[in-house]
Amino acid sequence: MTPWLTILGIVPLLGALLISILPTGRARLAKQVALGTSLVVLVLTIVMCAQFDPSSGDRFQFAQSYDWIRTFGVHYAVGVDGIALVLIALIAVLVPVVLLASWDDVESLSDGADAPAASRKSVKSFFALLLVLETMMIGVFAATDVFLFYVFFEAMLIPMYFLIGSYGGPKRSYAAVKFLLYSLFGGLLMLAAVIGLYVESAKVGTGTFSFEALTKLELSHATQGWLFLGFFIAFAIKAPLFPFHTWLPDAGAEAPTGNAILLVGILDKVGTFGFLRYCLPLFPWAAREFAPYVIALSVIGIIYGALLAMGQKDLKRLVSYTSVAHFGYIGLGCFAFTTQAGTGAVLYMVNHGLSTGALFMVIGFLINRGKSRLVGDYSGIAKAAPKLGALFFVSGLSALALPGLSTFVSEFLVLVGSFQRYPAATIIATIGIVLAALYILLAYQRTMQGPLSAVHATMKDLNVREVAALAPLIALMLFLGFYPKPVTDIVNPAVKVTMQEVGAHDPAPTDVATTAESK
Amino acid sequence: MPTDIQAPSIAYLPLLPMLLVFGAATLGVLVEGFVPSAHRRITQVAVAVVGLAAALGQVIYLASENTSRLVVESAVVIDGPTLFLQGTLCVLGIGSILLLSETRLDASGGHVVSQAANLPGSREDLALAESTRVQTEVYPLAMFALGGMLLFPASNNLLLMFVALEVLSLPLYLMAGLARRRRLLSQEAALKYFLLGAFASAFFLYGVALLYGYAGSVDLGDIFTATSQTGKSDSLLFLGIAMLGVGLLFKVGAVPFQAWTPDVYQGSPTPVTALMAACTKVAAFGALMRVFYVAFGTAKWDWRPMMWAVAILTMVVGAVLAVTQTDVKRMLAYSSVAHTGFILVGVIALNRQGLSGTLFYLLTYGLTTLASFAIVSLVRDSSGEATHLAQWAGLGKRSPLVAGSFAFLLFALAGIPLTSGFMAKFAVFRAASQGGATALVVVGVIASAVTAFFYARVVVLMFFQEPSVDGPTVAVPSAYTAVTIAVGIAFTAVLGVVPQPVLDLADKAGFFLR
Repeated sequence: MTPWLTILGIVPLLGALLISILPTGRARLAKQVALGTSLVVLVLTIVMCAQFDPSSGDRFQFAQSYDWIRTFGVHYAVGVDGIALVLIALIAVLVPVVLLASWDDVESLSDGADAPAASRKSVKSFFALLLVLETMMIGVFAATDVFLFYVFFEAMLIPMYFLIGSYGGPKRSYAAVKFLLYSLFGGLLMLAAVIGLYVESAKVGTGTFSFEALTKLELSHATQGWLFLGFFIAFAIKAPLFPFHTWLPDAGAEAPTGNAILLVGILDKVGTFGFLRYCLPLFPWAAREFAPYVIALSVIGIIYGALLAMGQKDLKRLVSYTSVAHFGYIGLGCFAFTTQAGTGAVLYMVNHGLSTGALFMVIGFLINRGKSRLVGDYSGIAKAAPKLGALFFVSGLSALALPGLSTFVSEFLVLVGSFQRYPAATIIATIGIVLAALYILLAYQRTMQGPLSAVHATMKDLNVREVAALAPLIALMLFLGFYPKPVTDIVNPAVKVTMQEVGAHDPAPTDVATTAESK
Repeated sequence: MPTDIQAPSIAYLPLLPMLLVFGAATLGVLVEGFVPSAHRRITQVAVAVVGLAAALGQVIYLASENTSRLVVESAVVIDGPTLFLQGTLCVLGIGSILLLSETRLDASGGHVVSQAANLPGSREDLALAESTRVQTEVYPLAMFALGGMLLFPASNNLLLMFVALEVLSLPLYLMAGLARRRRLLSQEAALKYFLLGAFASAFFLYGVALLYGYAGSVDLGDIFTATSQTGKSDSLLFLGIAMLGVGLLFKVGAVPFQAWTPDVYQGSPTPVTALMAACTKVAAFGALMRVFYVAFGTAKWDWRPMMWAVAILTMVVGAVLAVTQTDVKRMLAYSSVAHTGFILVGVIALNRQGLSGTLFYLLTYGLTTLASFAIVSLVRDSSGEATHLAQWAGLGKRSPLVAGSFAFLLFALAGIPLTSGFMAKFAVFRAASQGGATALVVVGVIASAVTAFFYARVVVLMFFQEPSVDGPTVAVPSAYTAVTIAVGIAFTAVLGVVPQPVLDLADKAGFFLR
């Protein structure tokens, strides 16, 4: 059997190694190696998706398991269910796109007027770190051993920390440290819970970290409660759920555009993925018990994130706050405990990656040109740069979940699925849709419409590379907006298993795939 | 009725590692007298390294024989933990000796001054900074200290343990005062260390006396037997445990006996700091565990609450005070206090996993610390080492390799996965959790988060800030320092990915022999 996931994880690492041994002058070659590597990963992922069999009874496919640290009962165990697979596919799509989008970003950082030679940033390490990050991101979704998951969960922070801290905006070191410490703190609480799980498993046999063995543990209610909290807080910080979100606007705003895309597009999904993969199946009682509170936090996040997004003057902070609102929807979907809402939440993770990725990218292109992150510094840009304006508009529409674009399907599924269980919360969450229209359209109107200022009259429109970076995202958003079945088919069985484990029965069982199609 | 006094039968083979190190130390004293000064340094280095390497070989041989036994009328115990600790000490000792031998960094020669007794600031003393005179007595001193350290965790008898404590401490007091630069700070460190250390030794000795009064013996096994009988004076036992605890906790640098650490770590020559941080900690924890596991094993309900309090205080105080430091050596000192707390968590677990986890922690921590201090000694300006943190700004731009290595070591100290530091922390936390000390684990992870803050701050300084114009330079070391750093980093990385072989070794060490 081919060790698909291991190969997938190793390829970017090899690419990073290759880049690091290139001579310093060969910046262009480093970029080409990085892009090539990420395309190899994309191809491998497509092959994997084609081989994946959603109807097979196995929970994890492409599974492998070897002893790693016998003393601790740790295995190198990888495998994917439908949820993990689509998220890995999202990584495989976003990384090459991000590489393309940030092709010249490092040079533009160093070429600033007042940049002395000593502060020149290394192009090589930027692209090498991105590839290392890709390995870690694949690992975190592929791990089926809780210890291995934790290792990737924490190790992932380091390349991101350096990427934000070395290549970010003016307040980058503050943002990098805040990002690292928040995540690390959550991670360490999770470590205590991981150890607690191990100790519980050692009480009834040999201690293990294997996910499937741990789901079979019978934990007392009190233990479940504490361990759930350990995992939940880590994931809530990562996701980020209100009130654990305060690091995201800083990190999102200061990170270089490409990293901001990966940060909210993938890294944050580890949190919501963790809800579905770990919090629900491992601690079903606690999950049911805490669900109303999580729902409440999610709904607060939806409204709060939207309101704050409206008030932002900084474009990147604006997008970061929209993500806080979107993660509220995902949290709602995860903890509503219906198959529809669960599938909607997974779909939302993918679509949010695409739409926010596109939005961050357009805004990044705009900021590269205008050298300012403030909404107030732009006006009438669409006249000077019509392609930029059009793509901003489409990405924005996707962020506000216009029907026909993929985000609509997921938002709709989440709301329909949640309404069956939490009607009041769902109705409040619906207000978020209206607010989304406000913050997106206002931002678009202020920057793209209106009189074109003389400063920006000569602004260049998007070049071929930039359009090429955006095109796959827009295409996927349109495709999945009309035909989400390929994704729902893969995701649905995995979500069903999760919902069974949490002991929730759909109020009125419906086949999600057909519901989604019939709209 | 008069009987013949039996001469004790001594099995020399199990004692050989210690004999080799003490022999090398004595030989070093002779080298001082007989070898001409031109060849003296290289001879001393060779004697010390060969002595330690031979001792390491003998330790490995003894470990492969796999026979635990009491020797010298059961005063010395050669069991799994002893051999593991002795092996660790030999490896770390070789590293420390290599660091001491570095001569290329300072324009006028090595790390140590040739006449430490001069009045600081006097004309003679100022002249020393430029003098190229070589001082090599530091090698026999270091070897005597290492010999004492080898004996310390192997003592099965409180009096012998006290002797070992003094043998390891006295040379260290002297060596703390030998820094070539910043003489006043160094002499202050030596005096402080000596005074406080003498107090701690007195406490230890007093504890021994009380325990003798309690059990009628200074043998650890006899004390254990006494604790399982009734009708003894508990107050003698409790006072004895407390006094002994003070002496041992002082050596490991646990709160509230940590006050000496920052000053001594800062003032001592950096290789000596490395020796203290790595080796002394290993030896002292070995002795601490032997005393508490072997002699007070049944009295654990009496001392565990106290140790809980000490461990929590040590983790919290070490982590919090490290945040406020502006000197890299003081920061590492407080970080070593915090790590003492983490190791204590493993000690308190009081189970097999706790012992093997602690042994693993000591080895990994020692290697990482050795390499960290070695890197500290590389960053210099005209007045010697540039230890103020502000001077480290932008080091990543000037010298990416050194800064990158240091960042990696800091991440290991912070316990980030894929480094040995994470595996070690995991090992002790797991053991404590299984030993029912979950609350300690929670405090431990929160303290870890705090420690991550100040490690990350150094990384921020090195990589995310612009270098200042008159910043320090990174000296190119000779092979001595370079090898130590490379080995330390290699182990930190390898044990972070494949810790199993060493965990097996630590696990095989099994339990203390009574």
